[in-house]
Amino acid sequence: MTEITASMAGNVWKVLVKPGDTVEEGQDVVILESMKMEIPIAADFGGTVKEVKCEEGGFVNEGDVLVVVED
Amino acid sequence: MFRKVLIANRGEIACRVIRTCKLLGISTVAIYSEADAEAPHVKMADEAFLVGAPPVAQSYLNVDRILEICQETGVEAIHPGYGLLSENTGFALRAQSAGITFIGPSVEAIAAMGSKIESRKAMIAAEVPVVPGIARPLADAEEGVSVANEIGYPVMLKASGGGGGIGMQVVHTDEELRKAYAGNQNRAKQFFGDDAMYIEKYIEEPRHVEVQILADQQGNTVYLWERECSIQRRHQKVVEEAPSPFLDAQLRQQMGEAAVRAAKSIGYSNAGTIEFLVDKHRNFYFLEMNTRLQVEHPVTEAITGLDLVAEQLRIAAGEALGYSQAEIKMDGHAIEVRIYAEDPKTFFPSPGQITAFEAPQFDFVRNELAVGPNSKVTPFYDPMIAKLIVKGKDRTEAISRMQQALDHYRVEGIKTNIPMLREVMAHAAFHAGDTTTDFVAKHIQKK
Repeated sequence: MTEITASMAGNVWKVLVKPGDTVEEGQDVVILESMKMEIPIAADFGGTVKEVKCEEGGFVNEGDVLVVVED
Repeated sequence: MFRKVLIANRGEIACRVIRTCKLLGISTVAIYSEADAEAPHVKMADEAFLVGAPPVAQSYLNVDRILEICQETGVEAIHPGYGLLSENTGFALRAQSAGITFIGPSVEAIAAMGSKIESRKAMIAAEVPVVPGIARPLADAEEGVSVANEIGYPVMLKASGGGGGIGMQVVHTDEELRKAYAGNQNRAKQFFGDDAMYIEKYIEEPRHVEVQILADQQGNTVYLWERECSIQRRHQKVVEEAPSPFLDAQLRQQMGEAAVRAAKSIGYSNAGTIEFLVDKHRNFYFLEMNTRLQVEHPVTEAITGLDLVAEQLRIAAGEALGYSQAEIKMDGHAIEVRIYAEDPKTFFPSPGQITAFEAPQFDFVRNELAVGPNSKVTPFYDPMIAKLIVKGKDRTEAISRMQQALDHYRVEGIKTNIPMLREVMAHAAFHAGDTTTDFVAKHIQKK
């Protein structure tokens, strides 16, 4: 099981996956928005989404877990 | 002169405008969002009003609420600062209809410079050099290919309504152009609601050099020399200086006179900036005009001794300039750096709680601050938290003073670009004045 974390602090603009989805390495799972900049967060490995730990409109800090993926 | 002015902005620029208003004995009204209740500009102003929720669309761009506050407080004029509503013709028009002076040029002048294609036509008519290309939207990608073959690759494909690098791409071959055309046109339509595309010669090894002008309502226009702003990241300026290390007296005069012609051709009044690209052969080309105060105006103030906000207020109040071109002085060398709340390597934003903040205090330093020791930097606005400006008798002294000042800058709790700024100041290419717009990609990011 592996975790996808936020590379910067900001608001969660869009969550692109839901539990049960299959994701591929490099696929964007969440888009963060901060200071007029949108940063897509991609999965650095493939697998099945086990849990989404953030919600659209919520605030996350750098390093917070966004999505948990299982091999 | 006005008795009371509303500042329709936030951050360091709101503070800076309020400071000059106080010097001139003008009362100030600030506006703020829920996220900015504790911000420095709210405390500095004589009166302050909440305009809405943190996102700018609900607060600093809330035209109805801002004009309501203007009426309630009886202000005579609005200073829009930069960004936000500063180049919004709809806002300027509505202020005007409400009998409130918009501190800036006329609605017509803002509109004339608001479209890249229209402004280009106006500049050709005023004999201001423009980048080779065509002054009308392309019919399709195939017309782009034929124009590109006439002016020669590489060419830059641009969206008319574009900005901040969106909808822009350098292409080197017919095939690349065809591919880039569709993608950029889609993006332009999505972001700006305007899919007009145009094409121009790509300037290799370009420098971004801009000329500050001042024009009164009586028809007097002067130029306050240039600012070199080539050091950028994500198409945003990071380091600015005046004068430019690349210009000689002759080129400075040619560019200054072209800037004055540009302003006069559209009946411009108030402060404005003509941005040029200068290539390695010292040809200069009109890029765009910013019809407002610029972030980097302090370097011009440092070498000319003028207060540009005071000049803006006087001009908007109908006063004549009262000096001629020959009386504008140029003394010493000034450098400004923008302190951004961001990772110094990836340039990703870094909002958060500031736990310690100390700006350097030397007699050669000017600090413009949007934050204090306990400020929270929210994710809602631009990442610029401060500007640091130094002046020296020449460029060498200014660089060494900037290094000294940066060594004494302390920000804790959030990441800032200060390490990157120190790297720029220490770099041999910067010392040599070898500052082209690819400086950051070439010398800083590649490691």
